[in-house]
Amino acid sequence: MIFVNLALLGMLIVCALAVSFTKNLLTSLIVYMAYSLIMTVIWMLLESPDLAITEAAVGAGITSVLFFVTLKKIHALKGDRDHEQAQK
Amino acid sequence: MSKRRSDWQQRPQARFLRWMREGYAALDEAIEDAVTQPGEASPAVDPELAVQHQEAALQHRHDRSMALDRLAQYDLYNWAVNKGRRIISRLHVLMALLLGGVIIFFLLDTVTFMPRFGAADVPANNEVIARYIEQGLAETGATNLVAGMILDYRAFDTLGESTVLFIAACAVLILLRIDLDDQGNPTQQLIAEESDDRYYEPKNDRILQGAAILLTPILLLFGVYIILNGHLSPGGGFSGGAIVSSGLILYLDAFGFKKAGRFFSYKIFQWVSFCALGFYGAAKAYSFYCGANGLENHIPLGTPGAILSGGLIMPLNIAVGLVVACTMYIFYALFRKGGL
Repeated sequence: MIFVNLALLGMLIVCALAVSFTKNLLTSLIVYMAYSLIMTVIWMLLESPDLAITEAAVGAGITSVLFFVTLKKIHALKGDRDHEQAQK
Repeated sequence: MSKRRSDWQQRPQARFLRWMREGYAALDEAIEDAVTQPGEASPAVDPELAVQHQEAALQHRHDRSMALDRLAQYDLYNWAVNKGRRIISRLHVLMALLLGGVIIFFLLDTVTFMPRFGAADVPANNEVIARYIEQGLAETGATNLVAGMILDYRAFDTLGESTVLFIAACAVLILLRIDLDDQGNPTQQLIAEESDDRYYEPKNDRILQGAAILLTPILLLFGVYIILNGHLSPGGGFSGGAIVSSGLILYLDAFGFKKAGRFFSYKIFQWVSFCALGFYGAAKAYSFYCGANGLENHIPLGTPGAILSGGLIMPLNIAVGLVVACTMYIFYALFRKGGL
């Protein structure tokens, strides 16, 4: 069990670093979702299912969706750039 | 550091500067000699001419020192632009690392003084927790102890959290909402936002619609289940509300604002949020009033484990869930096109 915990914590650290060091905003957002999912599993292993449900719904769900919409608004998604170039 | 310095000394530019300075220095010495030690030839020279010579020499010395100053300044400027900037940026990195290291060291040092995780004598392990665990079920009637804690013992905190969420929704509304103009017609900005939104979003995407038809009822049902079972099983108003709102957002994404607007308009958001927060405040005011004055609470706790138990916890969960679901949904709508 301790190995599972350690592996999850290691993945958590890797994800946290990857979120900061990724250049592409979309990639870092998806890594952030993965971070939230790992966190959900860790909450489950720590026997706090309440937090796990909230983390899954808010961290991986709502926050990411709002981030996606924000990226769309500031034209940071890849498809948007093509669209802008086509307009010019 | 020393290597860099010697590199700098070896560069042609530096050597040129040094040569210039040495040349000047030799000249300077000669002039100095000529000025301070007139020598044997001076008596033969016309005294006026000698004075002129002296003046010229002094003038020359002044010019030379000015030129040297300028050269030094140029040198310094060059150094600052090329080397200094790099050194200073490295210094910043070094200082940041140093500061981070010191902070990490002191934090870790403090951690070593803390009691072991989960030890029996930690300060957090006091009579409050014992009371929650021993009498929580009898006092709140909720089998889910967490729900009993956040909606009964600590309900005031949860009221504050719901209010914070509502205030955040109001702030987002103020910032992002695009109003109709005075006559009630859509403004130019709103039309532009809508066409923008329509371009980027998939319109009538078959895959998305199929997935939404399958998933939305399940998500809504699961969210409602989590809200209603908040006092019996893990979950509660906040997480259930977030799940309900994610179902609504999926529906909105698949079928567009027009269809979603049929059951969720701006007015509904206002009324639902107002009623839920008002009910929460009133219900908690009642129990605070009763509890603080030692009066009898008239809300039956019911049998623990039954769906209708736990006193006020289930209605409060429903209120919190409604506020959260509405707020999340309207966040999404406002982020997308500035209105419902």
